[in-house]
Amino acid sequence: MAENSTPSSTSPSAGPAAHSAALFGKQEVSEAFTDHPAIRALEHLITDAKWDRRELTLSVAPQTILEAAQALKAAGYNFLEDVTAVDWYPTDTPSAPRFQITYSLLSHSLKQRLRLTARVLGENPRIHSITSIWPSANFYEREVFDLFGIHFAGHPNLTRIMMPDNWNGHPLRKDYPVEGYR
Amino acid sequence: MSRDPLLEVETLEDQSPASFLPSDAAVQDTTGATLAGIRHAEDILIPGVKDVLQDVASHRPHGSDPVASQTMVLNMGPQHPSTHGVLRLVLEVDGETVVSLAPDIGYLHTGIEKTCEAKFYNQVTPLTDRIDYLCPMTNNTAYALAVEKLLDLEIPERAQVLRVLLNELTRIQSHLVWLGTHAMDIGALTVFLYCFREREDLLRIFEAISGQRMMGSYIRIGGVALEPPAGIYDSIRSFLNDFPEHIEEYEGLLNANPIWMGRLKGVGYLSAEDAIALGVTGPGMRASGLDFDLRRDMPYSSYERFKFNVPVSNGGDVWARYLVRMQEMRESTRICHQALDLLATMHNQPLQADAPKILLPDREKMKTQMESLIHHFKIVTEGFPVPAGEATSSVEAPHGMMNYYVVSDGASKPYRVHMRNADFANLQALETMCKGRMIADVVAVIGSIDIVLGAIDR
Repeated sequence: MAENSTPSSTSPSAGPAAHSAALFGKQEVSEAFTDHPAIRALEHLITDAKWDRRELTLSVAPQTILEAAQALKAAGYNFLEDVTAVDWYPTDTPSAPRFQITYSLLSHSLKQRLRLTARVLGENPRIHSITSIWPSANFYEREVFDLFGIHFAGHPNLTRIMMPDNWNGHPLRKDYPVEGYR
Repeated sequence: MSRDPLLEVETLEDQSPASFLPSDAAVQDTTGATLAGIRHAEDILIPGVKDVLQDVASHRPHGSDPVASQTMVLNMGPQHPSTHGVLRLVLEVDGETVVSLAPDIGYLHTGIEKTCEAKFYNQVTPLTDRIDYLCPMTNNTAYALAVEKLLDLEIPERAQVLRVLLNELTRIQSHLVWLGTHAMDIGALTVFLYCFREREDLLRIFEAISGQRMMGSYIRIGGVALEPPAGIYDSIRSFLNDFPEHIEEYEGLLNANPIWMGRLKGVGYLSAEDAIALGVTGPGMRASGLDFDLRRDMPYSSYERFKFNVPVSNGGDVWARYLVRMQEMRESTRICHQALDLLATMHNQPLQADAPKILLPDREKMKTQMESLIHHFKIVTEGFPVPAGEATSSVEAPHGMMNYYVVSDGASKPYRVHMRNADFANLQALETMCKGRMIADVVAVIGSIDIVLGAIDR
């Protein structure tokens, strides 16, 4: 199938098989994928981009997440697969904030997957909820809130989902020991 | 093969990009349930337990007068047998009609994602078995694919085809458990006994291949664990030859059964729009008219070499989900036959990638060759480093789309492993499917979304 074919040397296209080498940085990626629907939709919002292991990752600023999600939905990424987070503790600077929130989007018609990330600082981490765009984000955001302690503004029911309500701490943070607190 | 007119089967060759969404008219026509217009994303809210309790309180204008007309709250689970594990539902009921419903999960949360961060990459494989314990091989495959992507490993064709074979046998096994328990919930105990009879054959096959009936950990990073035993392909073939007759046997018990039809038809309706909005995947999504299957549309592990149909129905109800899954078992049988044919032509190919620093060496070599002994010692004691980066694998599990998101920081233990299991999202659609229906229908709907709480709570 086309998705698995070897890289073609023709002009850059939106096809995921066009480039096998990794590309890093907004400029490099957008030059290589001039026609890519997601990059065109997010042109002014992208802060960083990555084409690595045949996967496209676009980063946006956390305050523009709603706008970005809306633009991507309009560009054909109709299905929200997943919302999760990565804790880059102890890294926590304005240029490299501690929490990376990862959204995985899928387009049924383009048959393409896209990773959208936004990074928030470790102090009182918060980002806007995207439940108004994809209601399926409800459980995922609750899970990230429960296990990472990231607050999702505008979430209809932001309560713990896995741990008991009176639990102390957020288990998937890197400063939370694997065996629990003693 | 008899086909139900409800079931539109499209072939692998016929895939126009725009055909995955049915027309609204088709959806409206084929369902018996009432559909109050197409609902928009903002209207769909999945209430929490507190919302339901508040709602009940607001519906009590007469205080605690027992005779007055008012709603009441009903707790279902986590020990209720028809919740398929430790799912707790809080229902608001008006008489026997469900007004709203909130799932309460987490009773089986074991922190597998956290545990993964403290293990070497190859020590994570046995943990993945225990996530969706009805399809351990599928979990193994998804995890292996993600790590192989990070390592940029080339997997031999024979191992890829063997993975397809085992994934499809696992799908049949998982669907058999679904059918047996679903039918038992509705009151048809015989089907359960028949399904578990065939499942036993499959578990024996898995035991012969991996040494374990369920938690095989057979599919490893870089290939599969070991050479399948002699003669196993013949026993799989004989199972596959008999299996279509058994499917007809189950259908003979159910298809014309008035109780089965009455409990399933028109119950638990989910529109295609709601399925997308609520993140439903797998047979549940395809029964709502969305023609999307990762095996065909975004193939992995050599699925592009196989010819099969993707069963789709526009019904959107519990009955449609039943039809789609029954047809999927037939298609899986077809794929398994093709995989066996392919494997017969691949005798001499290896089952593991050529990566001595990642894969454990052959036992015999480990005992006789110095270099293999060193590799074995290093892999067991300090694991192997994985280049930094992030990778997502996505496979079509029996319950829907299963993604593994693995982040590496260059060390020999994963920095983060996250599993996206279909069951977690499918559960969100429960309220939409059950609202306005009877309590007994909730049981039918839970059976039809085929949840495994191990995959939800992790």
